[in-house]
Order: sequence, then C-alpha cells, then structure tokens
Amino acid sequence: MKVVLQNVTKKFPSRNKKEKADVIAVNNFSFEIPDGKLIGLLGPSGCGKSTALNLISGLQKPTEGKIFFGDDDITKVPPEKRGVGLVFQNYALYPHLTVKQNITFPLENLKGKEKLTKAQMNEKAEEIAKLVQIDGLLDRKPSELSGGQQQRVAIARALVKMPRVLLLDEPLSNLDARLRLQTREEIKRIQNETKITTVFVTHDQEEAMSISDMIVVMKDGIIQQIGNPQDVYDEPVNLFVAKFLGTPPIGVYEGRTENGKLYIGNDCIFDVNVKENKEFTVAIRPEGYALNENGTFECKLNGVEVMGRDISVVITHDNAPEQAIRAIISAENIVDTSKPTVKFDLKPSKVYLFDKQSGERIYYTAK
Amino acid sequence: MDNQNKKAWLYLLPALIFLAVFMVYPLVDVFIYSFEESYNFASQTYNGVGIYNYSYVLHDAYFLQALKNTFILVAITVPLSTIIALLISLGLSSIKAVRNLFQTIYFLPYVTNTLAVGLVFMILFQKAPQHEGLVNTVINWFGGQSIDFLGGPYWAKMFVLCLYTIWVVMPFKILILTSALASVKQDYYNAAKLDGASNFRIFKKITLPMISPMLFYLIITGFIGAFKAYSDAVALFGLDLNSAEMNTIVGYVYDMLYSDGGGYPSYASAAAIILFVIVLTITCINLIISKKHVHY
Repeated sequence: MKVVLQNVTKKFPSRNKKEKADVIAVNNFSFEIPDGKLIGLLGPSGCGKSTALNLISGLQKPTEGKIFFGDDDITKVPPEKRGVGLVFQNYALYPHLTVKQNITFPLENLKGKEKLTKAQMNEKAEEIAKLVQIDGLLDRKPSELSGGQQQRVAIARALVKMPRVLLLDEPLSNLDARLRLQTREEIKRIQNETKITTVFVTHDQEEAMSISDMIVVMKDGIIQQIGNPQDVYDEPVNLFVAKFLGTPPIGVYEGRTENGKLYIGNDCIFDVNVKENKEFTVAIRPEGYALNENGTFECKLNGVEVMGRDISVVITHDNAPEQAIRAIISAENIVDTSKPTVKFDLKPSKVYLFDKQSGERIYYTAK
Repeated sequence: MDNQNKKAWLYLLPALIFLAVFMVYPLVDVFIYSFEESYNFASQTYNGVGIYNYSYVLHDAYFLQALKNTFILVAITVPLSTIIALLISLGLSSIKAVRNLFQTIYFLPYVTNTLAVGLVFMILFQKAPQHEGLVNTVINWFGGQSIDFLGGPYWAKMFVLCLYTIWVVMPFKILILTSALASVKQDYYNAAKLDGASNFRIFKKITLPMISPMLFYLIITGFIGAFKAYSDAVALFGLDLNSAEMNTIVGYVYDMLYSDGGGYPSYASAAAIILFVIVLTITCINLIISKKHVHY
C-alpha cells in the first residue's frame, strides 16, 4: 500500500502565554512512500517525526493537507478504520493479558463478516508468533519477558490483523546496543517477508541508514532531504543533513575561495571551479582524508585511536569550531605520533561546500 | 538467635507492644467476655461460662432488626457508591475544562462534619408542622403526596439512610478512582483504539483491569466501613435508633454497653464478635474473588 502525504501541516496551540503563535510540529509535508518499502523518518528529538507518524496512524488530525493510502483519501478516516499497526516506543503491551491475549486483542475487535472464531484467532496468533519467533512464550505475561521479547510481541500485535501500513515509533530505543543490532535486522527480515509498507521513526541515523529503503531527514517540522540512505549520505543538500548523518560526524571547517582555489586557513586544498572569492563552510567526511607527508592539509594531531580495521586520527584545526574531528584511515597507515601536526590529502568527493549563512550546499567540481 | 535477629525484634518491639496492648488484648478480652454470662464491670464477676450470650443476642428482636438494617445498608450502598463513583471519575477524567472545580465540589462532603451533613439532610427530608422539607416540596410540586422520610415508613427511612451513606463515602472513592484512572497510560488507550476496540471494550478490557487494585481496595474498605456504620444513623434519626427501627449492629453494641446504667457488656461482646465473624467472612470471600479478577 502506497502512502502519500500531501502538504500536511500540524499545528499545536501554544501553551506559552507570552508567545501566542502556534507551534508547528509538521510543516507542509509532501512525500510519497512506495508500496512495500521500509521508510525511516529521521531527525533530532523534537523535530516532529513522531507527530508525522501519529498523523499517518490517525491518532492526530492534520491541521491542513491530505493523506492517502493507495488511492483512498484517509485524512478524515478514524484510526481504527485505517488499517494501521502501530508499535509504540514503550510497546504499550497490556500488562494484565498474556502474550497470546495481547496478540489476539486486535482480532477480537473485528466485527461482522471479518469476525473470527476462537480457533482461527489462535491459529493466526501462532502463525504471527512464529514469524517474530516468540512461539514459545505465548502463555507468559509481558512482565515475564525481556525487552527484546516484548518488542517482538508488540510487533506481532501490530502485524496480526495484517495492516495496510506498519508504523514503528522509535522501536529500538529501549534496547541495549547488541539487541538493537539484532532487532533491526529482525525488523528488516519481517518487513521483507510480509511486504507491508513500513514507516519507522528514529533519531539514530545509523539505525535508519542500515535498514531503510528510503530515509526522510527532518528538522523543525520541515523535510530536509528524501532519498535512499547512501545517496543522502553522499550528496547532502545542506549542512544540517551532512552533520546529522554519519559516525564519526563530518568535520566542519571555515574556508574560503580565492582565485579559483579552496583554502582552509592558510592551506590551499585544491582548485575549484568557483569564480568568486567568498567564505564558505567546508565539511569533510571522516573517510575523505588520505595520509600524506607532503599533503595539502595540515592539522594539529591530538591522538590516534586504533579500532582494529581502521585508525581514527583525532585532529584539531584553528579554523574548525569543534574541539576534535576524527579522520578515519586504514590501519595499514602509520601515523607518526611524535610530531605535533599531521598532513593529509583530501578526496574532493568527500569535501562539501556550504553557504556560510543559509547552510545550503554549493556544488562545485575540483580540478 | 543471632545478633541480627535480635536487633530486628528490638526495632519491631514498639509496634508489637502497641499492637498487643491496643489490638490483640482487647480482641481476646471481648472474645472471653462474650462467653461469660452476666458479666458485671463494677464487681468484675460473672455467673458462668457458655453460649447463652450468643443465644440471647441472636433471639433479640432489636439485634435482628439491626442485622437486617446493616445488611440492607451494605448491599445497597457498597455497590451503588462504587459504581456511581466510577462513573463520575470516568466523566471527570474525560473532561479537561472545569475539572478541578468539579473535583473540589465532589470532595467537599469528605471534609465536612458528619453531623453537619446530617443537618443538611434534615433540612432536605424533615417533615415538621411549619414546613414540609425541601424534597417533599418538590414532590408536592409534581403533584405527589408528602412522605415522612425521617419518621414515616421503613423504606423511606432506609432510603434516606442509604442516600446519606452513599453521599458521605463517595468523595473518597472519587478521589482514589480519578487518580487511578489518571495513572493508566494514554498509550494503552491509543493502542486499543488503533486496534478498533469499541469504547465499552476498552473500558472492560483495559481500564477496569488496570484500575482493579484500587477498585478492590475501595470495595473491601467499603464493605468494612458499611458494616461498621453507626454515626450516620444517629445523625439522621437521633440516639434512640431502636424505636426508629434504624439501628445498626455497631449501634446495638453501643446500646448494650451503655444503656440502663451499667449496661450488658456480655451481650455487647457477643454482638461484636458476631459482627467480627461476618466482616471476616465477607472479606475472605472478597479476597478469594479478587485472586481471579485483580491484576497487580
């Protein structure tokens, strides 16, 4: 089922007595989620991503705009008639019911033609439990399960009525690091098997990038960029997206162009096809550095972190506002830690220019 | 006994002494009194030991009246007050505006003196030569006959007593239930709503189980409180409850202790023990039922 948001805006009345203006949680959203894909809604806390999810689920009504499932306009359809399954951040499993009762709860609400017999419900519950691999736990109470198991039960409950759209609200934030890795693979597998259009919300860019077919990066209620994860990582449209994606984070420097050359501080990095002489924000991905004794870019060396496969070189620069920037190089390189500085060549494809005021990307080609 | 154990007992000692002196000893004492025939406080003497006291009390018309009154009171007020309190709490928790105002209004009877409330009920229901009472005025206005609520037929008096009891116990129940309802997380309701559960089903399957511990607490204390009712009847019908046919078991115990000068402590003890057994039985039944229906 394709999901389309058309100019959707959600405003909340301001509670602040001094400031009467409405709070705009979701601002003029338009995007289309293709059928059967897994979409990550990504952004820092408070950017309106959960609100966007609630708008799709119907728990909140948009102030303006329309929402479609396939060709049906469901903007005014109440949540229970939309056919969505929602997994809550804290799972919201009913504590007084067993796992099986939790899973069959949505089925018991079916009326009329769709009404199921007890045997059919049990069969469906067992089927879905097998899919999320909790078939041995059906008679337990939620309090007797681990976090990961509760998570699976929540997914099973959302899936059992075969929703047209599955929504996951920060599904992994209550799990520990190892379980998080495992569960996100699991979500991907379940989504692959069921082919249900899935939207999930997260503030963890790594999580979003690793399993999504498409990510939507948001900030302050406004969509920044939509695309497949690698494209968004490789070609960020503005400084916010560039900074938000990637671990370690992108290194940000103050730079300028002079006579067709790009400078950071006194170092001339390489020639660019920008004619005007202007100050820019220069951002360099950690993998954009190549160690070279005679390199064009000199930094202060703060230390070296060996991480097995890679080396992370911690550097500082007078023209970088951040205290420490990490450059990732292959472990085959040897960094001379006795020297106070280190020199790099920079890979032009990993060096981005942004407008100093607006943060918009400035496209260039290096010569 | 090791040192740790001794210390623990030492810390518990004040509470244990207090309990023993003020709770256990009187209970045992009353139990003994109830088997000592014609016990006299002044001379500390009795005529023999046996079950005569129980037999007397159980054949006393006043006690049987009190027993009947108490059971009617319990059977009507406990379920009614709990259900009405639940309905009001549900209403309160689904409105946002003027909620605090309503909460305050509902809570007022709780902080008002029982006898003052009794006075208000007098004004409402009292039939006197000069005036008919507010309720009768309303009845007359609709063309009905005046009813002597406080001195007339049994059902009318019982009606007023039940109404009064319900009104007095309600605020506390509303207070407990509104906070219990507020503690149920919104996510559960959202989840159930998304799954297409009707409002009634959400109430039955989610709200009720979630607040069941508090509800159960209210039912148990409600039963015990209603069985111990006495001051409410006095506030409405005065001290001579026997002649008003409105006595309760506790009222009967009180009368037996203090009537006719010295009183009849043996009969009073027997009646008190009977009440104790009734309350214990009902509470045990409650506990057994709760095992199945209360979710902690």
